[in-house]
Formats: sequence, structure tokens, C-alpha cells
Amino acid sequence: MNPEFNPPRGRIYQIEGKCISLIGNDIDTDRIIPARFLKCINFDSLGESVFEDDRAILRGKHPFDVDESKDASILIVNSNFGCGSSREHAPQALLRWGIKAIIGESFAEIFYSNCIAIGIPCFTLPKNSIKDIQKYNDNKNFFLEIDIKDSCAKSKDLIFNLQIKESSRKMFLSGEWDATSTLLENENLIENKFNDLPYLKFNSNYF
Amino acid sequence: MSQNTLFDKVWDLHKVSSLPGGSDQIFIGLHLIHEVTSPQAFGALKDKNLKVKFPNRTVATVDHIVPTDNQSRPFKDNLAEQMIETLERNCIEHKIKFFNIGSGNQGIVHVVAPELGLTQPGMTIACGDSHTSTHGAFGSIAFGIGTSQVRDVLASQTIAMNKLKVRQIWCEKKLSNGVYAKDLVLHIINRLGVKAGVGFAYEFAGPAISALSMEERMTICNMSIEGGARCGYVNPDETTFRYIKERLCAPQNKNWDKAVKWWQSLKSDENSIYDDVIKLDASEVEPTVTWGITPGQSIGINKQIPHLEDLPPNDKFIAEEAYEYMGFKPGQSIKDTPIDVCFIGSCTNGRMSDLRVAANVLRHQKVSKKVKAFVVPGSEKVANEAKQEGLDKIFKDAGFQWREPGCSMCLAMNSDKLIGNQVSASSSNRNFKGRQGSPSGRTLLMSPAMVAAAAINGKVSDVREFLNK
Repeated sequence: MNPEFNPPRGRIYQIEGKCISLIGNDIDTDRIIPARFLKCINFDSLGESVFEDDRAILRGKHPFDVDESKDASILIVNSNFGCGSSREHAPQALLRWGIKAIIGESFAEIFYSNCIAIGIPCFTLPKNSIKDIQKYNDNKNFFLEIDIKDSCAKSKDLIFNLQIKESSRKMFLSGEWDATSTLLENENLIENKFNDLPYLKFNSNYF
Repeated sequence: MSQNTLFDKVWDLHKVSSLPGGSDQIFIGLHLIHEVTSPQAFGALKDKNLKVKFPNRTVATVDHIVPTDNQSRPFKDNLAEQMIETLERNCIEHKIKFFNIGSGNQGIVHVVAPELGLTQPGMTIACGDSHTSTHGAFGSIAFGIGTSQVRDVLASQTIAMNKLKVRQIWCEKKLSNGVYAKDLVLHIINRLGVKAGVGFAYEFAGPAISALSMEERMTICNMSIEGGARCGYVNPDETTFRYIKERLCAPQNKNWDKAVKWWQSLKSDENSIYDDVIKLDASEVEPTVTWGITPGQSIGINKQIPHLEDLPPNDKFIAEEAYEYMGFKPGQSIKDTPIDVCFIGSCTNGRMSDLRVAANVLRHQKVSKKVKAFVVPGSEKVANEAKQEGLDKIFKDAGFQWREPGCSMCLAMNSDKLIGNQVSASSSNRNFKGRQGSPSGRTLLMSPAMVAAAAINGKVSDVREFLNK
């Protein structure tokens, strides 16, 4: 767990850090952050509660608790990671714990777009490559250097060609993942759309 | 790439621009908010010194954290009180219409918007909740978004998104007696898998879908996300128009005819092109129950929990996890599994037709003494209508607790929770580990009628045995 939280900002080219492996398919957002922690009006204290129930069961042996994962920042997962609810609390909890990038076999859709929107690049790799990383990571500290421009990850002796949606890759390189200002640049087009949509004409004055 | 489907038409209509990165900027016609995923978004607006661009296009209600026993204010739970107060304050400050408790229109956001007539064909609808796919039942393109995107919608009424592919799920014939929309959607998710829908919008079509009421279509579209599809929809037809007509926010008078004409033009064309088509026979679907920890792990009521060797390679891992967590053995029957708690409600199955079907099973019956059973209407309007029909009395006479509207034990953000490793028969949408409030609690998803049958027998039962009596 990273005690000092610095949210990502601007252009993101490169992420390097220690890996933390979480094995299992279909790990849902209720497991990442159980619903009782959604009772909050900001995301500040979510980091410490990430995987709370899974961690309680494993009593110190959960990957997010063991000493070797201290200071880890690249999360390695299997398939359909983050399925379930749209709660941004899930990636926010991971981010505040210290996760800066995720590499997995596949991601659930809303979770993926939430990660992009808050500056956590998510990459995919084939099942076997994920297995390799998880195997390495099991025995020792495994460090990766991710280059977003070339979509690759390098360790001391291995190179992985990462997959990432081209639109996401460009957004990280340009800083446009923080989308609000980009969207507002088209203010005129938005106004035009508002004036043109048929249903907004026959649906005026609801309340 | 799909062409001329409703999804293509509605997407193109709402496209504001192509963004430099390659995704589209999409206008959101209707934005729904609630207390859980909006406070941080309003906070971010303040930080960026932005205002809400079109306050009239956002509507709020409160659902996730509301208690269902005593709703008097302040709530007993301080955090819940703080959340509703924050929403109240944000709605006043930004001039957003808020259907609060006692307004007569409060309830689960995905129950409230359709019953107000806010949800209409051809709209794009977004809400910070994954079950926003529900609204696709009307032929709208509706999807869940995260809090950062809630912020973007508030600030710009648009979001950045990649266009989805379209998969048509064609359902032949019709559902047999005692088999409901919930069974059909559980069956579809089981067949296609929980991640098959990633990157897709699901178009539900065919005779079995056309025959469904709007509430049943909402049940189907609601659970699209459990199959991985962020968005699911049904092409609008007379059933759709009849449902909307004369609701509070429906187009009135001359506008009604214009609206219907436009809505009809949105349907997927006969020669439209899909990225994928799946066909299934709805008449083969049985009352379906989940046995595992994902909504894809389900079986017909008379089937056995699958053995590892009968499952596709990718499903084995999660199946082993499920056997252990649920305490079930492969080959075991799901029927007669003892039940501790019965829950009828949620945005999947908390509407009038759901309560009617369950009440019909419960009439002149008693809930097993071993079972705690409660019903949480989806909205104040559902609760009031149910009372007018005397459904509350049927539930109470049978031994169900009759509660106030909210999300309740679907996700257990209020005090309605499982205790320890209790097993619940639930009409909700997710059977994830810990979903219903206890880290070791176990959830069996099924239709409201099946929950009623389980409540009477104290164990998983085939509701058809009650209907044929």
C-alpha cells in the first residue's frame, strides 16, 4: 500500500514497477471493493479496503498483504477482471492502494473504461504469457518496465508485446484520458446536437 | 461491422464528433443519477470550476442506501444520511429534478425512469450503474458509466466511447408455463458465458421476445451486463408504445403521434447486418437457478450441478472456486437445496408483474418457518399499486415482510444483509461472493415465482408444481 497518493496527471508514457499477481477468472467489482465501502462521498479512504473480504479470509496471505507485494504497482490478472458493477470505486481503490497499470487476459468493459478515465492503462496478453509472469512473480520480485508508445513490457530477461486499444493508447500519450476538457472543446457541436435531436423537441418541459 | 441496426441508427444520431484518439463523442439524451456514484462527480465539477450543462437532462432518485424498514429522517445510519443529504444538496445547487423518498416516485432508478415515461425509444441513456442496460427494453441505447463519466455527462452531456459491435440473440418459439424472462436471460448467460458480451451490444429479438411485456423485456435487458454486454436492447413495437402512452413524461397530444412515427423508424432494418447472430429455442428453457458465484453458473431446476469434466476448459477454474464457496458437490441436484432467506425485489425483478406472479404462488400458502422472507417493491409507485391490488396483504398473510422501496439486499448497502453463510433465494441479478452483505453468504438467483416457491417449501423448488395445483 502506497502511503502517499499522487493521482496520475497529463501524458502517461511509461510505467515501471514491481508486479503483483492475482490469480483467478471473473474477479468481480464486489470482491475488489465490497458494497459496504461504497458508503462514502469521496474515494480517499478506499485504498486500504481493496479486496477486504478476500484478504480477511486469507489472513495475511492475500497477494495484497504479503511482504513481497509491498510497493507493487503493476497488477497481473486473468480473464474478465472487474466484471459486475460500474462502481468506479473499484479502480479507485486499486489506484489508491498503489496500482498504476494492469495487465490481464481480458477485462470487463465498464471496469476497463473506468480505468482509462482515471489514468490506469490496462493491457492484455495471451493466457500463456500471463501464466509466465504469474509464475515468475510467484517466486521472486518481478519488475516490468511498460512503454505505452511501443506497447511493450520489458523485464530483465523477457519482453512482452502488450495489446491495448489504439484509442486508449493515444489518450494516454496525449493526456486526453482525462476527458472532460477534450469533450468541452466541442461545445458548439454539443449545442447543435441538443437542438437537433428529434425527441428533445417532442419531450420539452417535463417537470 | 454492423449496419442499419437500431444500435447503429441511435449511435450515429447521437455522435457529436470523432475524437482524436479514435473513439466517438456521444451525446447522452437522458442522464440518471443516484446517491452512490454521483457525489464524487459533483465534487470533481467543483474542482474544475464547471457547471451542469443541461440540468433538465439529468434526473435523480435515491435507491442504493435507503433503509427498507424505517425511512424516517435522519436515517439511523449516519453515512447513509450523509449520502442522501449530499444528493439533495447537489440537486438543489445544480437545479436537477430529484424524486426523493415520499415524492410518490422514488425507487430504484431503473424502475422509476421507465414508469415515469422518461425512458423512451431512440434515446441514449447513461447512469452510474451497470444495470442501466435495463432501459434498452424500450429500444434505447442505455449503458452504465463510472463516476468520471458521470462527471463528463454533467459537464458536457457527452462521453467518449468506442462504438460497440452488435450481436443479435434470436429467441424462437415462446416460454412455457412457469418459465419467465428471468429464466430466459439466465439461460442465455449460461449458454454464451459471462464475458461473451464484452465489446457488444445485445439485440434481443424473435417471437419469444416480441411476446414479452415491457417489464419482462426490462428483466432481460437488465441482465445483459451479467453476460458482459454493457448494453442490451429490444426493438420498439406496439407493446413499447402502449406502455409509454400517458405516463407523466410521455409526449403529449400532437407530439405523441410524431414520437410514435419516429420511434417506428428506429427499428433494425430487415436487411440489417449484425456482427454476430445467435439463435435459441425459448420453449426449451426450464425454471433456472444459479448454483455458483457468477450469473453464468446456472442450471434447470431438474438438473444436477455440473461435473468439472462436463465444463469447457475456461470455466473449470471458477467452477472449482464455486463448489468450494457454495459448499456444493458436482452432480448434486439443485432442487431441495435448503434456503434461509428469500428476497423478492431489485431492478431485475421488483416491478408489478414480478410481485403479481409471486403473490399468485403465495396465495393461501405459508412461508416455511425456517425462512426469513421479505419483499422490497422497486418503487413507491409499485408499492402503492401493489397495495391497491391487495398484494401486500397476500405477501404478509403468507409470512413475507413487506418493506419500503429500494435496492436493499440485491447489494446490501443498507441493513438488509445475509448473516454468516446463509443461503438466499433471490430475484436479484448477482450471485458474486459476498454480494448480499455477508462475506460468506450464498446467493441462488431465480425468478420471483421460484423465490416464492422456495419460501413456501424452505428449499429450492419447481414453481410449476404450485401453478399446476
